[in-house]
Amino acid sequence: MKFIDEYRDAGAARRYAEAIARATTRPWTIMEVCGGQTHAIVKFGVDALLPPTLTLVHGPGCPVCVTPVEMLDKAIEIASRPEVIFCSFGDMLRVPGSGRDLLAVKATGGDVRIVYSPLDAVKIAREHPDRQVVFFAVGFETTAPANALAVVQAGRQGLANFSVLVSHVLVPPAMEAILASPGNRVQGFLAAGHVCTVMGTAEYEPIAKKYRVPVVVTGFEPVDILQGLYLCVRQLEEGRAEVENQYARSVRREGNPAAVQLIRQVFRVRARKWRGIGEIPQSGLGLAEEYAAFDAEARFGVADRTAAESPDCRSGLVLQGVMKPPECPAFGTRCTPEHPLGATMVSSEGACAAYYRYRRREGAHEAVPATEP
Amino acid sequence: MCLAVPGRLLSIAGDDPLARTGKVSFGGILKEVSLACVPEAKVGDYVIVHAGLAISVLDEEEAARTLEYLQEIEELGESA
Amino acid sequence: MESPPDFSLSCPIPINDYPHVLLAHGGGGTLMHQLIERMFVPAFRNPLLDARHDGAVLAADGARLAFTTDAYVVRPLCFPGGDIGSLAVNGTVNDLAMCGARPLYLSAAFILEEGLPMQTLWRIVQSMRRAADAAGVQLVTGDTKVVDRGKGDGIFIATAGIGAISHRLTIAPASVRPGDAILLNGDIGRHGIAIMAVREGLEFEAAIESDCAPLADLVGGLLEAGIEVHCLRDLTRGGLASALNEIAEAARLGIGIDEGSIPVREDVQGACEILGFDPLYVANEGRFVCILPASEAERALRIMRRHPLGVGACLIGHVTQDTSPLVTMRSRIGASRVVDMLSGEQLPRIC
Repeated sequence: MKFIDEYRDAGAARRYAEAIARATTRPWTIMEVCGGQTHAIVKFGVDALLPPTLTLVHGPGCPVCVTPVEMLDKAIEIASRPEVIFCSFGDMLRVPGSGRDLLAVKATGGDVRIVYSPLDAVKIAREHPDRQVVFFAVGFETTAPANALAVVQAGRQGLANFSVLVSHVLVPPAMEAILASPGNRVQGFLAAGHVCTVMGTAEYEPIAKKYRVPVVVTGFEPVDILQGLYLCVRQLEEGRAEVENQYARSVRREGNPAAVQLIRQVFRVRARKWRGIGEIPQSGLGLAEEYAAFDAEARFGVADRTAAESPDCRSGLVLQGVMKPPECPAFGTRCTPEHPLGATMVSSEGACAAYYRYRRREGAHEAVPATEP
Repeated sequence: MCLAVPGRLLSIAGDDPLARTGKVSFGGILKEVSLACVPEAKVGDYVIVHAGLAISVLDEEEAARTLEYLQEIEELGESA
Repeated sequence: MESPPDFSLSCPIPINDYPHVLLAHGGGGTLMHQLIERMFVPAFRNPLLDARHDGAVLAADGARLAFTTDAYVVRPLCFPGGDIGSLAVNGTVNDLAMCGARPLYLSAAFILEEGLPMQTLWRIVQSMRRAADAAGVQLVTGDTKVVDRGKGDGIFIATAGIGAISHRLTIAPASVRPGDAILLNGDIGRHGIAIMAVREGLEFEAAIESDCAPLADLVGGLLEAGIEVHCLRDLTRGGLASALNEIAEAARLGIGIDEGSIPVREDVQGACEILGFDPLYVANEGRFVCILPASEAERALRIMRRHPLGVGACLIGHVTQDTSPLVTMRSRIGASRVVDMLSGEQLPRIC
């Protein structure tokens, strides 16, 4: 496939790996923010090609992983109602709330449907005027324009039976929270290429300056990631702290103005709770006043629900890059994709799931899930 | 977050910018995609699509430059 | 590992986790295996069942027979490249072929939902007849039931099949040896994507058709040529990854494969990219892996490539010396990763 296969070329990957090795003279710790990048790194084995002095930590760029427990509980409560058709991306279905997950709701008769786009949910609302159609609007800035468009379209089509359960989060506040935390070891970032396609790169400039960290906006294929790492290492070695754009084929400094305009129209910035991390001010999106009628939390009266997180799950430490999944005592034993303690083991991009699926050999955990007691 | 895939825009429908859609081919699979955020997209362009929405028009020159960069740094490396 | 329990009234699966059956229990992954290993196998335990293969090889009065059963619940009932009828016939034929048997006789039980159009049923029956003729099998007995509207997906078909075994080999995971080569007869992912395409309303520049086809003839060619086949497994639900994991686990040996050697058509790859699927886990209905001594691989490939269903046959990896039954894959960029068994159904990724 054009514009994908070229960036998976083995020769280019190897040559970048060699260039990185030549450029690295000291140990460095770099965080890739986006879960999609984590997935690619572990799936293609990119980190196996890197010199041992280069440490990659996986950041909280997995919106599925950071969706707070009470948001899952709200989703489950709404999805369990007989009049509701609950639409969600596939990733969310296996994430445990306080008790069960959306897949269990489906198993016991709830109308839970996987969609690939919020616009599909709008279509379902149009086709089922007698039912309440709710879309689980989870994601970073990349998904926000599609969610915003869905709300605008629903409004224009007069679909009073459509609503969204919003749990949007923003990347820059999360990066700042990590950089500001006392135990922080991260010295450079690979920023999320598709988030920046929408939002642009300008908002990372103050972060790079304030914390003196290079930020390289990077794509998602192995060659992209390796090139991003190379640029980041070069900056670190040269003592620079700038925002650089590796993913220039999709990202411009100003982002996508039409998308930003849609987001500004439908959403407002607000505080959000991040599963495993806690509340970060100004770190999420909520519906603007004019679109409050589409808010599922208000419509179904679940706004006040709270929940406690599992005491055994250390995904917060994993998400902040402080702990690698195999270092968690529950990894592969009490916590597996079949019985996850937290979202990072369930989400296809969750760092724990990525390690479990692709790397189980390391960390000396036996891998025969079917016979596990 | 960010499974977004590049595909080739084969046709465009609709006049109203917010309702504008296109048929995009991903290696032979056709999917209808919203073009609300890429008003500049033309037939024949490659667009990057996430959750049913095109979020950028792929800059083919930049794409080529990315692949050529490797050559440049290796040449620099050799002469360093 | 716990010893098999005597008959007991308590349910052995982790019922606290799964008090109800989930769709994932039919997905071909870990949950389904848990259900089989913890509930079904202990309840019916016997040496034939313990072989854990697609079909059972029976001895009856000096003859060796292969015996298999299957159920077909596909939705939509009709898809590009076939329908539930041709799927039922070819799927059963293929399970027999995976024992190295010549398929002879099939039975079919039809569970029809009240309201199913007669026209649809007739089309499916015709399709079964054509598939049976093509595969050289006869439908010799059957059953028909009708359930209330809303209690069945139009039609469910359950089959059983009997085949004759004329070779002397034991074709099963137990015969797999370290160093064995692993062959695959063609590109993967067509069937699952053909189905998904109908469900998701995808269009194509050129339609992706299911690869549903009978493999007995192709396998027969290998056996007639005297190839020392160790194990065969057709790739159905759960895809190539699940089939290899099942074999690795049953054989208690590791498997190493090479991503670059596994053929995937561009349009199948495109569908997987946008739907967020991994082709390794997508269902097939006309593909199988053949595990045999490495010294026989070249000759076997030549034989397979002469057959229409083996034109794309290729070597994808080897059985390793490893006793930990993991499937590892060398990625396209040259690094190694574990190809795990899926826990349940493959869910489409958005992230």
